[in-house]
Amino acid sequence: MSSATAAPPVAPPATAPRAIAHARRPSTLTVWRWELRKLVSQKRTYLGLGLAVLLPLIFVVVQNLRHDHGHGGSIFATQITQSGLATPVLMLEFQAYFMLPLIAALVAGDIVAAEDGNGTLKTILTRSVDRGQVLGAKTLAALTYGTTAVFLSAVVATIAGVASWGFHHITTLSGSVVSASEGLLLVFAANACYLIPLLTVACIGVLLSTATRNSTAAVVGTIGLVILLYIVQGIPGLEGIQPYLLTEQFHSWHGLLRTPTDWAPIWHSAWVCALYAIPSLFAAYLVFLRRDVAGG
Amino acid sequence: MADEARPAGVTATENAAGDMGEAQPVRARGLVKRYKEVLAVDHIDLNVRTGDVYGFLGPNGAGKTTTLRMALGLIMPTEGTVQLFGRDPIREGARALEGVAGFVEAPRFYPYLSARKNLELLAALDGTGAKARIAEVLQIVELSPRAEHRVGGYSHGMRQRLGIAAALLRRPRLLILDEPATGLDPAGMRDMRALIRRLADEGITVLLSSHQLPEVQELCDRVAIVDRGRVVYEGALSDLRRQGGAGYRLRSTDDTRALEVLRAQAGIEHATNGEHGLSFQADEQHVGALSLALGAAGVGILALTPELATLEDLFFRLTEGNGAQGDAVRDNGTRGGGETASIADTTGATATATADGGRSTEPHAQSSNRTGVEIR
Repeated sequence: MSSATAAPPVAPPATAPRAIAHARRPSTLTVWRWELRKLVSQKRTYLGLGLAVLLPLIFVVVQNLRHDHGHGGSIFATQITQSGLATPVLMLEFQAYFMLPLIAALVAGDIVAAEDGNGTLKTILTRSVDRGQVLGAKTLAALTYGTTAVFLSAVVATIAGVASWGFHHITTLSGSVVSASEGLLLVFAANACYLIPLLTVACIGVLLSTATRNSTAAVVGTIGLVILLYIVQGIPGLEGIQPYLLTEQFHSWHGLLRTPTDWAPIWHSAWVCALYAIPSLFAAYLVFLRRDVAGG
Repeated sequence: MADEARPAGVTATENAAGDMGEAQPVRARGLVKRYKEVLAVDHIDLNVRTGDVYGFLGPNGAGKTTTLRMALGLIMPTEGTVQLFGRDPIREGARALEGVAGFVEAPRFYPYLSARKNLELLAALDGTGAKARIAEVLQIVELSPRAEHRVGGYSHGMRQRLGIAAALLRRPRLLILDEPATGLDPAGMRDMRALIRRLADEGITVLLSSHQLPEVQELCDRVAIVDRGRVVYEGALSDLRRQGGAGYRLRSTDDTRALEVLRAQAGIEHATNGEHGLSFQADEQHVGALSLALGAAGVGILALTPELATLEDLFFRLTEGNGAQGDAVRDNGTRGGGETASIADTTGATATATADGGRSTEPHAQSSNRTGVEIR
């Protein structure tokens, strides 16, 4: 602006208020797309995705180096070298209880609080989008990230497993043998089913991110809640509430790997998770709608 | 534009609304913001009219930024209402911000994105047509050569300019700027003022919060001065100056004797003998009588010069003056006419509410020889 007088003329202000009043405002999907672009532009986004990719690769490399594959416990562990499709199932089993919730919490807990701390929340809230749209888009972005992490891990585990041990039929939890193509479908259906509790964790992360205005507190709080529920799950005398604990839903996808498919744990998981997710999102909405944005 | 001062809080809608047949750009009534025990904003009324370059003045912590945050719907008032072009941003959300742009405190951007990407994001959030203006607004603030660089590497001044660019994307009818020149070097401040002046000349109403008094004096035609959360003056800058009263300086052959005459003379007030000679306040009629009285007392007049109060003087009287001095100017500013107060030469500290609910004790150790442009 060293020669402001030589700069081009500023566009005249709109003198027709009616025209402005009817200007088309952006949709929530537009805001969501930009939330994704912001995520893609941040290095920390790749931390969680990197973990989701790295673990299956480490697993496959280690199993290739081992000579003794006598795993106990899981029927899929005994099939590691027989079918590459056992790998994504085992990886989901390993990561479902802590790693994937952690990855989901990393972004969900950060997505509102970071903008509040950096002062960019006030920047976007003084444009033509409502608070509800902003929170909706941020929630969608956090859910998108969690979904991406789950399927990225599944794809990498499947490719690495199949590359190492072939695309062969696989035996399900109920002892039935299914073809490779059906097994592949079941693998991805199981991951999709696992999204129900995982995205619930993300919803809780969004609530804590909105309420605490502090990324660290929100991420730690979300993971802390998961750990707390695990502890509650193990306390003798509280068996009655176990079916309603969020952590209990992390293995509801097992129902898909039985023949015939056991839908009961999946439906149960769906409504139990709804009891956690819907109030969390509603509370986040109320907090976000009424909060003072004074950060930055 | 009406030029008269109005009592703070007196409804001006009738005057303002008729300016261009549309609602007043900013109309605040009884705005209160309380953080627990701290009253950050205490029943503030504002009347920004179409075409105004409206200065919003006050010391740090006086409640300026909190008021602007309420105006933009970022924080909820404890009491009162604020409307932008007749719409309430608290109730109507983004709809109330149509035609409004600006920033409070320093403009904030995503440091990991380039300036262009930041503007693309904001344009996407603005809706129709904004994206097409990105190159133009970057050119206006002269950031085109650095448009592809990440904002994280920008200087403070560049971010301020990017803040203006982001505001211009919205084709605003009302521009709300909070300390836009803060942190800029002298050339940057000059250019920022030139830009604001140009925007105002092109018809944009500007609400400029600042404690850069020369900036306000140069740019603004109307001002509100806020202190400890309350508006202590709202009206035309020219009226404020006039009501600040005419002061005189006197150099004589015998200052001691002259001071005695001054103090004995009717209509002469606040006579003091300072570093730069005698000073006092009076209207012209009494000054004429004084010159005769000095002659009769055998005191020769070497120089008798009028001095108008600077905005800085008035500002300090309103925001630091205690008792009769501050009250006199407040009375003048809000009621018109009345006794003229002397220039306050106070230093001290004022405990004030901050936007985050805390309290800060900020020294207001400004003396009357601070940089300032006299209104003459």
